[in-house]
Amino acid sequence: MAEAIQIQVNGEPRGCRADATVGDLLRELSIKTERVAVELNLEILDRKEFDLRSLKSGDRVEILSFIGGGS
Amino acid sequence: MTGDRLIIGGYEFKSRLFVGTGKYKDFAETKKAIEASGADVVTVAVRRVNITDRSKENLLDYIDPNKYTILPNTAGCYNVEDALRYARLARAAGVSDLIKLEVLGDERTLFPDTVGLLEAAKILVKEGFIVLPYTNDDPIVAQKLVDIGCPCVMPLAAPIGSGLGIRNPYNLKIIMEMVKVPIIVDAGVGTASDAALAMELGADAVLMNTAIAGAQDPIAMAEAMKYAVLAGRLAYKAGRIPRKLYATASSPIEGML
Repeated sequence: MAEAIQIQVNGEPRGCRADATVGDLLRELSIKTERVAVELNLEILDRKEFDLRSLKSGDRVEILSFIGGGS
Repeated sequence: MTGDRLIIGGYEFKSRLFVGTGKYKDFAETKKAIEASGADVVTVAVRRVNITDRSKENLLDYIDPNKYTILPNTAGCYNVEDALRYARLARAAGVSDLIKLEVLGDERTLFPDTVGLLEAAKILVKEGFIVLPYTNDDPIVAQKLVDIGCPCVMPLAAPIGSGLGIRNPYNLKIIMEMVKVPIIVDAGVGTASDAALAMELGADAVLMNTAIAGAQDPIAMAEAMKYAVLAGRLAYKAGRIPRKLYATASSPIEGML
C-alpha cells in the first residue's frame, strides 16, 4: 500500500496516494475530463497525459473549467 | 435573413448577437435567456473547478456545446502573462482554438490595456489561436490587431456593464470603414436601440452580457436584443435615406387644385 503524499489542488492542501496519477485524482474528485484543463506545477497538461503523469509530494495542481462570466 | 452569414476564422454564424453568461440569477435563467436571444456564440470564463462542493452544477450542463459555439475569454486578466495562461488553459479544455482576448488596463473602467493586448494577441496568433480581441474604439489599434492576424476586432461601445450605449459612433464608423475584417461591437450596450444602432453603423455583430442578464426581465430583453440586431442589420443593408436639413415633400405638386 503506497503511502500518502501531500499535494495542493486548486490552492488547497490535499493528501493523495504516492503512486496516484492526475487521472486518478480527477476520478477521485468525480471530475469528468471533458472540458477540463489541468495545470501541474504551472505546466498545462494534454488530456492524453492525465493517466500517465504521476503525482509527487509538493505538486501543485490546478483544475479549471468554463463558468459563466466575462470581465 | 438566409445567406447573411457571419464568417470569422473559418466559423460560420447565423446569429449576429453574441451573448455572455455572467451575472444571471442561476443556470436555468442563463439557458432560457440564451435561447430567447437566438445567439449562436456564447462566451464563458475559465476558472477553478469547485472541488469542495462537487454537487455544484456545471454551466455546460445547461449550455450544450454542440448546439452553441463556446467562446472562452480571458476575463479578469490585467497582464500579458495571465492572459496567455488563461487562453492556453481554455484551449487545453478541449473545445476549440477560439479565444476572446481581454487584457484589462484598469479596474474602474475595465478598458483594455492596448499595449498588452497587442503583445498577447501576437503571441496567441502565432500559437494558432483564433483571437477575437476586446479593444477600444481607436482605429489605429484596430488595424494593428488585424495586421497581427486577428480575424476580427471587438471595439467597446462603452465601459463593460455601464449600459451607456455607443459613446463614440464616429470612431466606430471609422473603424468599420478603415478596417477590413468583421467588427463586433462589444461592451456597454444598455438596451435594444443601442444594439440596433451598432448594426446600423455597420457592425457585423454585437456582443453583450449585462444588458440582458441585468435587465429586470432578462428573457424578454434577450428577445428584444434578437430583434434589435436583426432590425439594425436589415436597415443597414437596406441603405438608409440621407439626413437633410430641410424637408423634401413626399407628394407631387402636379395634379393639385
